[in-house]
Amino acid sequence: MNRVTFFSICASAGFLLYILEMVRRRKLREEYSILWLFGSAVILVLSLKKDWLDSLARAVGIVYPPSFLFLVGILFILLILIHFSIAISKLHQMNKKMAQEIALMKEKAMDGASGDPSNGP
Amino acid sequence: MEIQPDMPIVILPAYQEERSIGGLVRSLRERYPYDVLVVNDGSTDRTSETAREAGAIVLDLPCNLGIGGAVQTGFQYARDRGYGVVVRIDGDGQHEIDDIPKVLEPILAARADAVIGSRFLGETEYRGSIPRIFGIRFFRFLVNVTTGYRVTDPTSGFFAINRRLVEFYSDHYPSDYPEVDAYILMHRLKARTVEVPVRMYDRAEGKSSITAFRAMYYMVKVTLSYLINCIRRFR
Repeated sequence: MNRVTFFSICASAGFLLYILEMVRRRKLREEYSILWLFGSAVILVLSLKKDWLDSLARAVGIVYPPSFLFLVGILFILLILIHFSIAISKLHQMNKKMAQEIALMKEKAMDGASGDPSNGP
Repeated sequence: MEIQPDMPIVILPAYQEERSIGGLVRSLRERYPYDVLVVNDGSTDRTSETAREAGAIVLDLPCNLGIGGAVQTGFQYARDRGYGVVVRIDGDGQHEIDDIPKVLEPILAARADAVIGSRFLGETEYRGSIPRIFGIRFFRFLVNVTTGYRVTDPTSGFFAINRRLVEFYSDHYPSDYPEVDAYILMHRLKARTVEVPVRMYDRAEGKSSITAFRAMYYMVKVTLSYLINCIRRFR
């Protein structure tokens, strides 16, 4: 086993375990861990099965097989970033809705507390 | 007090406007029998207190949502309380409140769903900076080409809308720079729009935040969300 294979296996296995541990401790929600787990599992398998990596790399025309690993890694990172942008947009929308609800409810509460009682809806 | 179906409410979004909001609300209350709603967009100064003392209904947003989110909160209030017409003007005194009847009239007469005050119709004393005028021309072109409306002032924040649009905007209104986008929404709803000439003044307090970068961002963001709104589905 050459050094780059060894390093790649250690790194992806360590990463996989770290993600699993974070999910177990509830520091990372399952829905956000799926892409991470899947990505590191793919890289781990490709590091272990050198002939799979070689044939995959050859299939897409990459001469140096480990750079195929980089490609897979980068693609997963992009995917995860897009996933985050979508999650942020959703949170942004929810946050806006909540701020608006709070403002409307506060006004309603004050309207009920002060002023004449006939002034409500 | 029962709110009549065609009762107007005047909505003013305000962010850090403690100096101008009080006087503006007071003159609105003196001049018109309409309720005045100030949507305080997370100001840290005394905007909220000043507006309330002057006789406005005040909605305090817990954080700054940006102009579109603030105005939308006002629409939601109008929807929930049953107001029939919303007039929206700026909270910084840029708009001439004497022109409110002009903006209201076509809606009360049921001739339009939306009436937009234009600073470029009729005689005007409005002189914007060159990038601003360029931006307005660009958006005018964009709106006129895609909707078929004849629009002179696509970025105007002085307008009135009827109940139908109030309800729609309560659910769908762009977060920032909403006015241009609103045209495509109105077009999608087949709303009847009318422009009327109004007076607008340059900001009294000198803090127009249009830097070159922001202007660029504004153009790109509005164009993008405008084009997306052309192909978006609304439930």
